[in-house]
Amino acid sequence: MRRVVITGQGTVNPLGHSVSETFAAFQNGVCAIGELEFRDVERLGIRIGGQVKGFRAEDCFDRQKISLYDRFTQFALVAAQEAIDQSGLEFNDSLTDRAGVALGTAGGGLNTWDDSYREVYQEQKSRVHPFVVPRLMNNAAASHVSMQHNLRGPGYSVSTACSSSNHAIGMAFQMIRTGLADVMLTGGSESMLCFGGIKAWEGLRVMSQDCCRPFSADRNGMVQGEGAAIFVLEEYEFARKRGAAIIAEIAGFAMTSDAADIVMPSVSGAARAIGGALADSGLSAGDIGYINAHGTGTAANDRTECAAVRQVFGQDAERLLLSSTKSMHGHLIGGTGAVELLACTMALNESVVPPTINYRKPDPECDLDVVPNEARRVRIDAALSNAFAFGGLNAVLAIRKL
Amino acid sequence: MNDAIASKVLRIVAEQAGVETAAVNSSTSLEELGIDSLGIVESIFCIEEEFNIQLPFNANDPNSTELDFSTLGTIIGAVEGLVKQQNSKS
Repeated sequence: MRRVVITGQGTVNPLGHSVSETFAAFQNGVCAIGELEFRDVERLGIRIGGQVKGFRAEDCFDRQKISLYDRFTQFALVAAQEAIDQSGLEFNDSLTDRAGVALGTAGGGLNTWDDSYREVYQEQKSRVHPFVVPRLMNNAAASHVSMQHNLRGPGYSVSTACSSSNHAIGMAFQMIRTGLADVMLTGGSESMLCFGGIKAWEGLRVMSQDCCRPFSADRNGMVQGEGAAIFVLEEYEFARKRGAAIIAEIAGFAMTSDAADIVMPSVSGAARAIGGALADSGLSAGDIGYINAHGTGTAANDRTECAAVRQVFGQDAERLLLSSTKSMHGHLIGGTGAVELLACTMALNESVVPPTINYRKPDPECDLDVVPNEARRVRIDAALSNAFAFGGLNAVLAIRKL
Repeated sequence: MNDAIASKVLRIVAEQAGVETAAVNSSTSLEELGIDSLGIVESIFCIEEEFNIQLPFNANDPNSTELDFSTLGTIIGAVEGLVKQQNSKS
């Protein structure tokens, strides 16, 4: 089978508007969660989140383009440009038909839905902007990335709630592996920090009103975030021949379904995905130095995830580092796996593992080394990134140094 | 106990559990009715809508709240208190 490597990465997320800003924040344990700022926020019970601050669409796109781009598309386009610039690829001649895009998102253009519903229901307007549909559709980001960069091979979007990005990256990996494409732009993007987006989540009563504290005994729920991360994946020989700098190899991927409950996670579903990714990669549990946890900060996820890791790793769980960067950037839902894969590429390339911040009190049901509060300098040769979605759909990626 | 409030709460919970209202009373627990965490969240939502009150409840840690959700009787008591507060405000 063909091997697949990462040769470019880009991001816009609450911690930074580039990969280097994000890495600096990961290493310094920066918390980007704060007071939400948007219309009608005072009518919400939940008023904190990981919002992308200081992002000005007008600095990135011309006016006509902005009227076509929902915020989730804007994040994806900026992140894709950074990733492509780093890869050094130019999509022309025969490559353009062998290059594609697969992006994850859960809400798509949710801000566009929210604004337009407000206009017609609350403000009683009789018409909406003509681009409402092309702005809100879940594949808008993937389509605009393909149009912007002339990617004429496979293109699609994946929507599996909190696993969307990992599923998209996993599928892009499989497509290159099996010969459907030579280069794929992949990752995910999300922007649902608006009145309707948060109001819907409030209803489930799993959101924290003050802080995201994954694995800490006093955790009280998840906090939402927004943003995107995009990677350039290439077939290994293709990358090697053109002398590309290789960030990491995508070594393995597995996806499983709990087939059990629409919101409660299951140990066995998560464990089968973690074990499956290891088996697919040919790595053993002892090779993995770091896991970027799904680590949402809910009672149910964190307990279940730790039990699943213990089940797969056995004795090797004792020396494993596992952290949740959601403590810093919040839960980016359909974009979260992509931003969290950056934590893994940082661990491989810079030998620094990002911490789980806001950690106060050990929970006997989460008794792994969760890298509390301070980044750890340690050599990491291989890492996993977990994503476990509502609906019981699990996706785990394995990457290694090359 | 306020009969009007009690009968409304019993009806909401019975409906959630898929049983006749006659089959539940103030000593019944949500657990014995087989109401899971999602069912609890939905019951609380229905009660809040019915009485226009806000019940403090975090699904992460159902026992963390000052309210006692152990039986329908304790839930009814909590609702009565909140309805009284609501009335004195308005």
